[in-house]
Amino acid sequence: MQSGTSLKERAEKAIEKSAMYGEDFDLNEFEVATREVPQTEDLEDLDDEFKQTLLNVGVLTDDKERSGSFLMLDNAVSHSSLKDPNIELMSLHEALEKHDWLKDYSWKLVAVDADKYTAKSYLENANGYFIRAPAGQKSSMPVQTCLMMGHKDVAQTVHNILIVEEDAKLDVITGCTTKKGVERAMHLGISEIYVKKGGVLNFTMIHNWAGDVGVRPRTVIHLEEGASFVNNYILLKPVRSIQSYPTAILDGEGAFARFHTIAVAHPGSELDLGSRVLFNAPNTKAELISRTITTGGKVIARGEMVANEPHCKGHLECHGLVLKDGGTQLAIPVLEANVADVELTHEAAVGRIAREQVEYLMARGLSEEDAVGMIVRGFLDVGITGLPEELAKDIDDTIAQIGKDAV
Amino acid sequence: MLEIKDLTVEIGGRKILNKVNLKVEQGSTTVLFGPNGAGKSALLMTLMGFSGYDIVGGQILFKGEDITHLSVNERAERGLGIMTQRPPNLTGVKLKDLVKVISNDHSLDTEAASKKLDMDRFMDRDVNVGFSGGEIKRSELLQLSAQNPCLYLLDEPESGVDLVSIEEIGTTIDELLSSRSKCSVDHHKRGNSALIITHTGQVLDYVEPDVGYILCNGTVMCRGNPREMLKEIKAQGYQECIECKVARL
Repeated sequence: MQSGTSLKERAEKAIEKSAMYGEDFDLNEFEVATREVPQTEDLEDLDDEFKQTLLNVGVLTDDKERSGSFLMLDNAVSHSSLKDPNIELMSLHEALEKHDWLKDYSWKLVAVDADKYTAKSYLENANGYFIRAPAGQKSSMPVQTCLMMGHKDVAQTVHNILIVEEDAKLDVITGCTTKKGVERAMHLGISEIYVKKGGVLNFTMIHNWAGDVGVRPRTVIHLEEGASFVNNYILLKPVRSIQSYPTAILDGEGAFARFHTIAVAHPGSELDLGSRVLFNAPNTKAELISRTITTGGKVIARGEMVANEPHCKGHLECHGLVLKDGGTQLAIPVLEANVADVELTHEAAVGRIAREQVEYLMARGLSEEDAVGMIVRGFLDVGITGLPEELAKDIDDTIAQIGKDAV
Repeated sequence: MLEIKDLTVEIGGRKILNKVNLKVEQGSTTVLFGPNGAGKSALLMTLMGFSGYDIVGGQILFKGEDITHLSVNERAERGLGIMTQRPPNLTGVKLKDLVKVISNDHSLDTEAASKKLDMDRFMDRDVNVGFSGGEIKRSELLQLSAQNPCLYLLDEPESGVDLVSIEEIGTTIDELLSSRSKCSVDHHKRGNSALIITHTGQVLDYVEPDVGYILCNGTVMCRGNPREMLKEIKAQGYQECIECKVARL
């Protein structure tokens, strides 16, 4: 095991190291986000504008339908409350003090020196959430967390650890966003996720940023025997640049991972979104499904599956719509089989909406923009359930607007 | 109701229809016969305004209005409704949502209508995705019931359908044509009009036709009693008809 000093040395060496993909941000242009943040007892006490910002990323202020709520504002915790006594939710710093064993989970999946963003997060001693579902616990309602940037021109650093123990089941909704008026900022987020033997984790992440925000999440998920992980990622609003390539390591027999990605690239947005699965145990399965739209921005849909053990099965699906000239769709599926008895497949298609589909609906009396809206809505429907009604409405309105803009 | 005058149509620069003249009277059911490749489907697609069918001459009048250059949805708004042979798959679009959107301003009892067409099991399915031949036709008819057009353009409603489904489809078409129409005028025997393409004539077991046309090589060869025509075609094929036209010229 590495000592703290050597991690620090590695991070210091990597602080200028560019990431493999995405725009190379100069982190010196951003101030470190503050740790002095207002404390919120009850999310209902927040003003309406703040509440709306939370709602737009799936975070309810009336937490009746949530097991727990966590709000991180800039670089500190603003709110943390827990209703289900059978699970744990607190800040990572608090958790590291409470549980001596937790240090063995910290910076174990994500390397501090992967790039300047991981290095920066380590060197800033980033805080974030810690969620643990102890063995056998099945939480009936999701835990919700929100990571929000409250000031412009700052870099937020976040470090989360999520542990679902043996045969436990947990749903998590995470919303990442900027406070209204924060147009330019940088979000760096480290997430280390552990799903132990027979555990189930459904993880839904909604991003809603502003036009000049850079986002660099670094996520690795480790799955043991028979564990299951479903990741839903939704991004429908403008952003400057997101580069994310979460990796699921299927390390136990029969483990399963599924990634759903739904994203819209507006003019000026560059979305470099991938997901990677390493099949490191026999009989493991995975599905990577990506549906992206450009209305003028750039989408790079990566997907990579590496099969290292027999009887693995994986399917990768990248579908991209180009609704307007000026937009780019780049699908980069990668399949790698290192043993004989595996089945990896992929399906990729990029281009415009078929005219025939639009006219079929127009022949039923729909206007062209309503027809496009309906097709786009169908295109993005990959069966993500459990989103709050208010968010579903916001998604609907955004899609209707995309339909209008596309005609 | 519908008047087609000297309609000439090209697909990708190739002439498909040549000076077609045809009329559908209000409340009448007009049948279009013709061999494969005659241009029957192209005529229906052109009437609905689908892209790829370039009108290079002639005119389409609907209820007295020139609709030759109107968009697809403008034609639908005026009362044209179509059942094509191979409608596209709409991945992610649920049949129930589509029917709801189509029947927006009407009072279709969707549940009853879908049950009647044996489509209630399909309401949560993506439109046309994995549907069999008969299921596609029934789904189209359900959509048309919601749309309630004045003129039904039906492209071979019996093709690719099993015998039981044919009865269901034929009866439904007859009901739709006989039903009270937003375009009906009292003294007509039916409210709705139809232009139906049929190869086999099977649909005529359920729907009473008024007028028949034969289309060959992109042009109308003759107009007449549809049942007589069908008898002739079954006995002699289309060659007789072509020769007849040539003789008349």
